[in-house]
Amino acid sequence: MAKRQMVTIDGNEATASVAHRVNEVIAIYPITPSSAMGEFADEWSARGKKNIWGTVPLVIEMQSEGGAAGTVHGALQTGALTTTFTASQGLLLMIPNMYKIAGELTSTVFHVAARAIAAQGLSIFGDHQDVMAVRQTGWALLGSGSVQEAHDFAIISAAATLKSRIPFLHFFDGFRTSHEVAKIEQLTDDDLRLMVDDDLVRAHRARALTPDRPVLRGTAQNPDVYFQGRETVNPFYAAVPGIVEEAMQKFARLTGRYYSLFDYIGDPDAERVVILMGSGGETAEATVRALAAQGEKVGAIRVRLFRPFSVKHFIDALPQTVKSVAVLDRTKEPGAAGEPLYQDVINALFESGRTNVRVIGGRYGLSSKEFTPAMVKSVFDELAKPAPKNHFTIGIIDDVSHTSLDYDPSFSIEFPETVRCVFFGLGADGTVGANKNSIKIIGEETDNNAQGYFVYDSKKSGTLTTSYLRFGPKPLQAPYLIAPNTSNFVACHQFSFLERYDMLKYAMPGGIFLLNSIYGVEEVWDKLPAEVQQAIIEKKLRFYNINAYDVAEKTGMGSRVNTIMQTCFFAISGVLPREQAIAEIKHMIEKTYGKRGEAIVQKNFEAVDATLANLFEVKVPEQATSALTRRAAVSANAPGFVKDVLGAMITYDGDLVPVSAMPVDGTFPTGTTQWEKRNIALEIPVWEPDLCIQCGKCVFVCPHAVIRHKVYDKALLPKAPETFKSTEAKFKEFPGMAYTIQVAPEDCTGCTLCVEACPAKDKTQVGRRAINMAPQPPLRESEAANWDFFLELPEVDRTTLTPNTIKNSQLLQPLFEFSGACSGCGETPYVKLVSQLFGDHMIVANATGCSSIYGGNLPTTPWSVNKDGRGPAWSNSLFEDNAEFGLGMRLTLDKQIEYVREILPGFTSILGETLVHDLLSANQSTDAGIKQQRDRVDALKGKLAGNPDTKAKDLLSLADVLVKKSVWIMGGDGWAYDIGYGGLDHVMASGRNVNILVLDTEVYSNTGGQASKSTPRGAVAKFAMAGKGISKKDLGLLAMSYGYVYVARVAMGANDQHTLKAILEAEAYDGPSLIIAYSHCIAHGIDMAKGLEQQKLAVNTGHWPLFRYNPALTLEGKNPLTIDSKEPNTPLEQYVYNETRYRMLLQADEERAEMLLKQAKHDIKSRWQFFQQMAAMHYDGGNGSEH
Amino acid sequence: MTDLTTRYLGLDLRNPIVASASPLSKKVDSARKLDDAGVGAIVMYSLFEEQIIHESLELDHYLTRGTDSFAEALSYLPDAGTYATGPGKYLDHLTAVKKSVSVPVIGSLNGVSKGGWTRYARYMQEAGADAIELNLYYIAADPSLTAKELEDAQVELVEEVKSSITIPLAVKLSPFVTALPNFAKRLCDAGAAGLVLFNRFYQPDFDLDNLEVTHNLILSNSDELPLPLRWIGILYGKVNADLALTSGVHTGADVLKSMMAGAKVAMTASELLAHGYNRVPAMLEEMTQWMQSNEYESIRQMQGSMSQQAVKEPAAFERANYMRILGSYRDLP
Repeated sequence: MAKRQMVTIDGNEATASVAHRVNEVIAIYPITPSSAMGEFADEWSARGKKNIWGTVPLVIEMQSEGGAAGTVHGALQTGALTTTFTASQGLLLMIPNMYKIAGELTSTVFHVAARAIAAQGLSIFGDHQDVMAVRQTGWALLGSGSVQEAHDFAIISAAATLKSRIPFLHFFDGFRTSHEVAKIEQLTDDDLRLMVDDDLVRAHRARALTPDRPVLRGTAQNPDVYFQGRETVNPFYAAVPGIVEEAMQKFARLTGRYYSLFDYIGDPDAERVVILMGSGGETAEATVRALAAQGEKVGAIRVRLFRPFSVKHFIDALPQTVKSVAVLDRTKEPGAAGEPLYQDVINALFESGRTNVRVIGGRYGLSSKEFTPAMVKSVFDELAKPAPKNHFTIGIIDDVSHTSLDYDPSFSIEFPETVRCVFFGLGADGTVGANKNSIKIIGEETDNNAQGYFVYDSKKSGTLTTSYLRFGPKPLQAPYLIAPNTSNFVACHQFSFLERYDMLKYAMPGGIFLLNSIYGVEEVWDKLPAEVQQAIIEKKLRFYNINAYDVAEKTGMGSRVNTIMQTCFFAISGVLPREQAIAEIKHMIEKTYGKRGEAIVQKNFEAVDATLANLFEVKVPEQATSALTRRAAVSANAPGFVKDVLGAMITYDGDLVPVSAMPVDGTFPTGTTQWEKRNIALEIPVWEPDLCIQCGKCVFVCPHAVIRHKVYDKALLPKAPETFKSTEAKFKEFPGMAYTIQVAPEDCTGCTLCVEACPAKDKTQVGRRAINMAPQPPLRESEAANWDFFLELPEVDRTTLTPNTIKNSQLLQPLFEFSGACSGCGETPYVKLVSQLFGDHMIVANATGCSSIYGGNLPTTPWSVNKDGRGPAWSNSLFEDNAEFGLGMRLTLDKQIEYVREILPGFTSILGETLVHDLLSANQSTDAGIKQQRDRVDALKGKLAGNPDTKAKDLLSLADVLVKKSVWIMGGDGWAYDIGYGGLDHVMASGRNVNILVLDTEVYSNTGGQASKSTPRGAVAKFAMAGKGISKKDLGLLAMSYGYVYVARVAMGANDQHTLKAILEAEAYDGPSLIIAYSHCIAHGIDMAKGLEQQKLAVNTGHWPLFRYNPALTLEGKNPLTIDSKEPNTPLEQYVYNETRYRMLLQADEERAEMLLKQAKHDIKSRWQFFQQMAAMHYDGGNGSEH
Repeated sequence: MTDLTTRYLGLDLRNPIVASASPLSKKVDSARKLDDAGVGAIVMYSLFEEQIIHESLELDHYLTRGTDSFAEALSYLPDAGTYATGPGKYLDHLTAVKKSVSVPVIGSLNGVSKGGWTRYARYMQEAGADAIELNLYYIAADPSLTAKELEDAQVELVEEVKSSITIPLAVKLSPFVTALPNFAKRLCDAGAAGLVLFNRFYQPDFDLDNLEVTHNLILSNSDELPLPLRWIGILYGKVNADLALTSGVHTGADVLKSMMAGAKVAMTASELLAHGYNRVPAMLEEMTQWMQSNEYESIRQMQGSMSQQAVKEPAAFERANYMRILGSYRDLP
């Protein structure tokens, strides 16, 4: 038998590595935090990795989890060993099939990275709400609590399902286990073969549907027999506990790792016991061992097999001495008598006559909330009280229902031998990647146990990452973050973070602090904020400084300081002898980067070699002397809620926000990004008034609404700050006015799209434009003052402006600003434009995805309000239902308008004929028309105020619907082309007046670049590793087939005026409108500064022809289709090979790349010809019918 | 029977027409067509120093950018494959070309600075190259850089490359050298077994509509022949290296002139790119016919026959030549 290897991997990989080896068909769909399991499976199959029977599993990406479950069901019914991976909403979409699969006694295992469910808000983080939502489906639920267990239980569940015929859901905690990197013993193929009984595999196949032995499965049953049929399965469920136990025993004989259905840990004569499952069980187990060692009569039961719940096994596991138990559920079931595990425990004790045991239940760890030994200790303390609190919570401050237990955060069970390290990095600097490598080195090159866990920011640009590393000779049962004052080593890889976060709170007295700064060893001390100096002195930290930026620059590493800081870590921490550490780092560099070419490996080697000469220990003075202090999270002018609640989240103190501070129904104020000055740009644009032609293009393309222009009365200028720039306005509508382009220096991300878009060049020096980038730090303070002044200048009066030119449209206030989207994002300029044009009367239904994350992820959100308090109202329902969600909004408005129109005439005597007539016949096609209608509604309200009539009250409550409301349905291509397409199609077919904006990045961007049906032929994406072999779905053409849907395909980088025109037409069209907007994306692997240029190339090559299909034209006897771009005039290569998504296929498989390119060219040609023919068709008036 | 064979860099070639570094060698199929058309040898398209370094760095940059920053998207592109960034792909291709043609294949390396990239000369040798052509492509735009510094660096580079290979090394030069024969001699001393005169540069152009600098590579024509012809003629017999003429070779006559100036081979690409592979047999036929009608037995016989040291008026290659051309103009009526 092959020897088992120790590997350092995360829970997703540990699970997938088993699942891939014991299945034949794998149907997948991406969802955080389980996506990586599908990605691994796809990658392994693409590379020809075989399962234990010597054949490569077939992996297919589906359009949704519902689709994946259906496919799995079908594959199972025809006899394939089949699996899938999912989480959260994805698991909910599988429920109907799960009932079927269980009802038909079908062997399969679904692997679930358990995650919260979207309720008052979405959460991607871990808890058991999803798993608990399927506990009634008839599936066996087996929960693992660590990376090793996830690996082990993957095969135990596979063995048990074949034997029992009951489908298994194997789950582990999302992020905490799925993303924790840990050193585990990897099972060999032989191990798996020994666990899986081939006779049972063949029995599974023998039950399959085949015309050779035809049967019928899936009948419709009636009242006479359905019930009995449902009861037939009982013996199978009764057998499951025994089968799982048997599999666990077999596994133990094989590996020496013992598991039980209910693992008891602690004093055999324990009096107090906690009961829980998942990773929390690890924490409880370690805490119990520590407390029991001190003589406390405590214990813990780790529930492994939650369904079927074996009362016998549970009771057998619970010592007879137990007087009280606390059942901890990582879920929330509002309105229930208690959470599920709690209820099961009570039931088990009652049924078995153990009624002398006091039971309390509590909730913990929702959405990856920390669950620490201190909390376990608190629960035991509670159990010792004469009247312990039931239905408690632990880990939060509940000052509303007072459910929460107090705990002592300083309680720790960490072994002194364990080394704990915390690293703060910038997303872009590679800190996490380096730490993943470090933990692999430690795990695989030393005898130490090793654990790495990584926490990320809620924004997508300028993000903070935190890496938590533990290693040492003792077992690491510590699935929780490193607590304050316990870290041996704290590293700050980004100097500017010192002014924002308290990092040194993690450092233990006498620990080490490593700082990357642009300063030399002599000067760095004076550059530190006072709080940092104070902490270094008080904790007697050894302080090391390196200018890693300088080392990176000199060795050609750019901004990536990862290997430099990694070298420092090994050099200072002494975990390995220095020479060996450097050799290992280099080995890992070769392993990680080698396949990308030799040069990158050499650059990294050079960086490693140059590091130690630049690393210095700083002599720490005895007193803090700095005049600098840490900056407040938000502006002093921010509202109280923003300061107290959102501010706490910004400084990573959100765990301390009490229940009372949170909105009860998930409703938050808009316009809060304005208060969070992230200050992440190294360079910002600077305006040159003398060159500027005031075209507004820079403002138009800005993804973050940080560059704006205004025309204003010159009389306001005397109050301007000294450096505020102004010039004569060149707008025919505004003669004699002043004009300014202003940048928000602390909100800009430095993406340079504005500079790229600027058409004005200096005639004496063409490299200089009307907008040029300049270093931000010297400009920060003065431009911030200028920005404040600029904001105070009055916004343009919308009623005086026709927004049909770029420059005019950009005078409108953006009501979507400073989002956390990627720097240079290709989506947000469209979103911002829509907010400018219609923001004060729009409602947004936003599909889950990038746009819902940069649009609605806490702490601060970008949808904003104008000075009248009006602005977009925004909501996110789900990923799959967004079109329907938006349609519902439209239906409400339509119904309410209808009702108001029905009752309004009844008030003619009070309101007057003119007002009633005008209200009912108002033309609201312009801002001026909307303003007039608002005035009329105000007049109505004035006249009806205080009227006691019921209808009058109704009318008052609904009168605002008489003012036009624009419904916008937004989302990405994953939603529109795949998971939400059925709904989208139906909503378009409904004929209702909704505006659908598809931000088409041609890939699932938010979940990390999986292929969608929009992904073009030849592009590489996850789940299309060999380059997508089929052509992109033509969503526009499908929509046009209705004949009454307004459809436009736009790309603002190719033709901004066309984009503007299409959006205005779409909104004006009284029916469904679909705008498909080319959105360049970080997932394309392009220089984001060239995103607009790529858009132009996409159009010029014919990949993305621009068109508008306006059904209104058919009424005039015209062809509704207008092709707005020229015949393709640029070879496709010139577009695609600027993008890594295409180029990497050329580098990996040139022959296939060329074949797909050729086919893609053919696609372009035939589509162009088809569109040309459509556009040339003769229409002869009326109804869209062709003659 | 007219003998068209020649010997260049120690390689026996069936004739002196060599396909110079161009896109024609980018496909195995087109390389085979060159072979079938009858060329004496093929110089592969160039592997650039920038390509060796930057393709790898660029791929790494885009595969790494944005990774491990956001919890839902820890990466944006799949990264499972092994990528043939410029060098690897080039070497694989070189091997494939070498296997599919009957004539010698010369690898081409293009760069100016010393450094790790030069090891690719050895990799080309290992991949099957019969010789290496090193293209010294450098525009000296820095006023503080002296001619001596630049030449010293290039000589060192040639030494570095030569030290890593055992096959012959040819160096392709720019015409913009103050004292070409001296520099040529230094290159030969550093290990160059051949000198290729001259490389052609991508030249900048301006797009007046967008006020942008553009780059075009314009195909050569026969008018460009005299410049390398002169320098081949001057260098012949003065340096210990085989000379190759490139730029402006479009006809059989151009090849013959090259030979007479002292070249061992004449390289062409523009002619073939513009008019197809069948220009090779046409040029060979033209050469044969001329040689037969002028009773030349072999190419070797004429090589260097009109070099500076072989002609009656050596000054024709130098300044006096200039005076004579001016003097040859007649006043127009």
